[in-house]
Amino acid sequence: MLWAESPRAFVRKDFFGIFSLEMNTRNKVIIKEKDLELDLSLQPLTIRDLTVSYNRKPVIWDIDLSIPKGYLVGIVGPNGAGKSTLIKACLDLVPRTSGEVMIYGKTYHKERRRVGYVPQRESVDWDFPVSVLDVVAMGTYGRLGWMRRVSKRSKALSMEALDRVGLVDYANRQISQLSGGQQQRTFLARALVQDADIYFMDEPFSSVDAATERAIVQLLKDLKKLGKTVIVVHHDLSTVSQYFDWTVLLNMRVVSAGPTEEVFNQDNLRRTYGGKLTLLTQAANEIARN
Amino acid sequence: MPELADIWNVLFLHDYNTRLVVLSTMLLGCACGLMGGFLLLRKRSLMGDTLSHATLPGVALAFMLAVALGGDGKSLHFLLSGAAITGLLGCWAVLFIRNNTRIKDDAAMGIVLSVSFGTGVALLGLIQNMPEGSSAGLESFIYGKTASMVLSDFRILLLVTLCVLVCTLLLFKEFRLLCFDEGFAGALGWRVRYLDVLLLALVTAVTVTGLQAVGLILIISFLISPAAAARFWTNQLDRLLLLSALIGGVSAWLGASLSAFFPRLPAGAVIVLVATTFFIVSMLVGSERGLLIRHLRLKQLKIRMGRQHLLRALYEILEGIRPEGDFVLRAVPLIQIRGRRTWTDSHLRAYIRRACKEGLIETPTFDGSIRLTKIGLEEAALMTRNHRLWELYLIEYADVATSRVDRDADRVEHVLGEEIVKSLESKLQTYQSAGSLVPNSPHPIVLGD
Repeated sequence: MLWAESPRAFVRKDFFGIFSLEMNTRNKVIIKEKDLELDLSLQPLTIRDLTVSYNRKPVIWDIDLSIPKGYLVGIVGPNGAGKSTLIKACLDLVPRTSGEVMIYGKTYHKERRRVGYVPQRESVDWDFPVSVLDVVAMGTYGRLGWMRRVSKRSKALSMEALDRVGLVDYANRQISQLSGGQQQRTFLARALVQDADIYFMDEPFSSVDAATERAIVQLLKDLKKLGKTVIVVHHDLSTVSQYFDWTVLLNMRVVSAGPTEEVFNQDNLRRTYGGKLTLLTQAANEIARN
Repeated sequence: MPELADIWNVLFLHDYNTRLVVLSTMLLGCACGLMGGFLLLRKRSLMGDTLSHATLPGVALAFMLAVALGGDGKSLHFLLSGAAITGLLGCWAVLFIRNNTRIKDDAAMGIVLSVSFGTGVALLGLIQNMPEGSSAGLESFIYGKTASMVLSDFRILLLVTLCVLVCTLLLFKEFRLLCFDEGFAGALGWRVRYLDVLLLALVTAVTVTGLQAVGLILIISFLISPAAAARFWTNQLDRLLLLSALIGGVSAWLGASLSAFFPRLPAGAVIVLVATTFFIVSMLVGSERGLLIRHLRLKQLKIRMGRQHLLRALYEILEGIRPEGDFVLRAVPLIQIRGRRTWTDSHLRAYIRRACKEGLIETPTFDGSIRLTKIGLEEAALMTRNHRLWELYLIEYADVATSRVDRDADRVEHVLGEEIVKSLESKLQTYQSAGSLVPNSPHPIVLGD
């Protein structure tokens, strides 16, 4: 067999093995081995064996995850479960201790143009001297390349995105004049301009007004219709089954992942938020100490 | 005192030596202003301080090395290279401490800054005891010695300023994103670290070349003050940088010229004082975020609020005494208005005077009764309507308890634009009682006595 010839190939085969198993059980689809390479490149996100640590303390452990195309995915878990870290590791923003992340079967760096990102709203200084339109146009920087000026086309695209989030009238305002919900919409518009196939959003619903929350949900649904995959860090358990059709329950490790109606149940929630939380944290502290 | 002609000569650079010195410091001012803008927004202003203090051991070590190798030790390029190396080492040490221990930025900077400066001073002491070491002049790196600048200094400064200018023009968009949202820049696949290193390298170049002019203690003010001053005037990064460079350049020009009149006055200190003056003036009267403008805006808001409160109080009183039929414009006793809110007499009188001037109410009668004019009634009705729409909106959509709505709405209402009001109106049409312009209040109104 071709794959068994080199150690590298062996790892890949092992990888495919897991992948095919998941597809078999979840989607009830039998996939022939030779088709797997093709299928992997259709898979928006595949994470295998991912561990990330800060200061020698593991934040997430042995994450194995594959997200199918065209789903709205909610990542849910208690505070400190590593939800944001998981997203940041996918985007290559934090160093990985082990494991790999594949975007459409390739490394993040190769496929970064197909990825859109909405960081946590609190991660930036909203007093920064920049206009709403400027922030949204930052979404085009990835395509522009270094040292190129923002073109008229980019600006037109940005205005279009602002229109989609209902902020056209605010285009030339300074960002400090925005309310929390408007700030969040600005970030969403910036991600829309990226015109990506897979979106990562870090707590887009955190402390926004009801109108913004509805607007964001509508936007997510529109993205899904276009066949985009959206992965959202979410903290409000009451809206999970309403917003997301795929759920990842995370608490340092993946407690459960799959279609929301199958995964999002009392038992799994208890395993995510319940007594085992303290045990895991203790173990992590132990490792840090040694 | 200097003669007028002297002042003219110095200010407009007639004398070769002054021209050189003043032009050099102006270049430095512009470069510092530009880099300072980025440092300020990257929240790394104090990094410049660490860097400048950490240059001192470099200067001393370079001198000792040069002497040991048989040179005269005063080669400027050599000394500045040494300064740059230890300066960068200092920055690296801060980052190392921050990233590998639990000590935060400020403490790490404090440690590195004082230790490196102490080391530098100790090394200078050693040099003075060296038999062959004519160390005289090395202290000028601490306080700066502008008057001693020569053509070669000017050339270096010109080169550095050009570098800074070109990098800013080419990488404006990149630096802006780096300063605003590092994470997003990283997600775009940018090597954020390279950008940071480039920024730091430029700051180092500016700082090191500026050592001679203003000295390592004062250069930090040169990096921070112009940028901080410019921040009060604008909310756009390109203008901020332009203004910051301008303020840096002008401070340098004025400062260096001033010190040329008074031989004992060190230029570095005067420049810093001028830059600080710019900062203080900007802080007070800056057109975007100056204290004065903010005070005026707040005051305006208060007046607007007071006027709205007055009109609404009048409207609600009239509404309360209205017979089932028409709305009658009656005079309302002052005491009844006062009972509607917890406003002081002087404030209330001021609001009334103002409303009177605007033609919203008629001049108060002898007994202190107040009567709305026709325009005033329209205005009051409109305001009451907006207010109630907002209250209803809160109740409808945000589950805010009825008892709490009034206070909240008071504040938010004043920032509501016409646009939002319109959308509220359409959303809340069902609440409008038929035939009446102003919907009823969603909660019982407590009328004052």
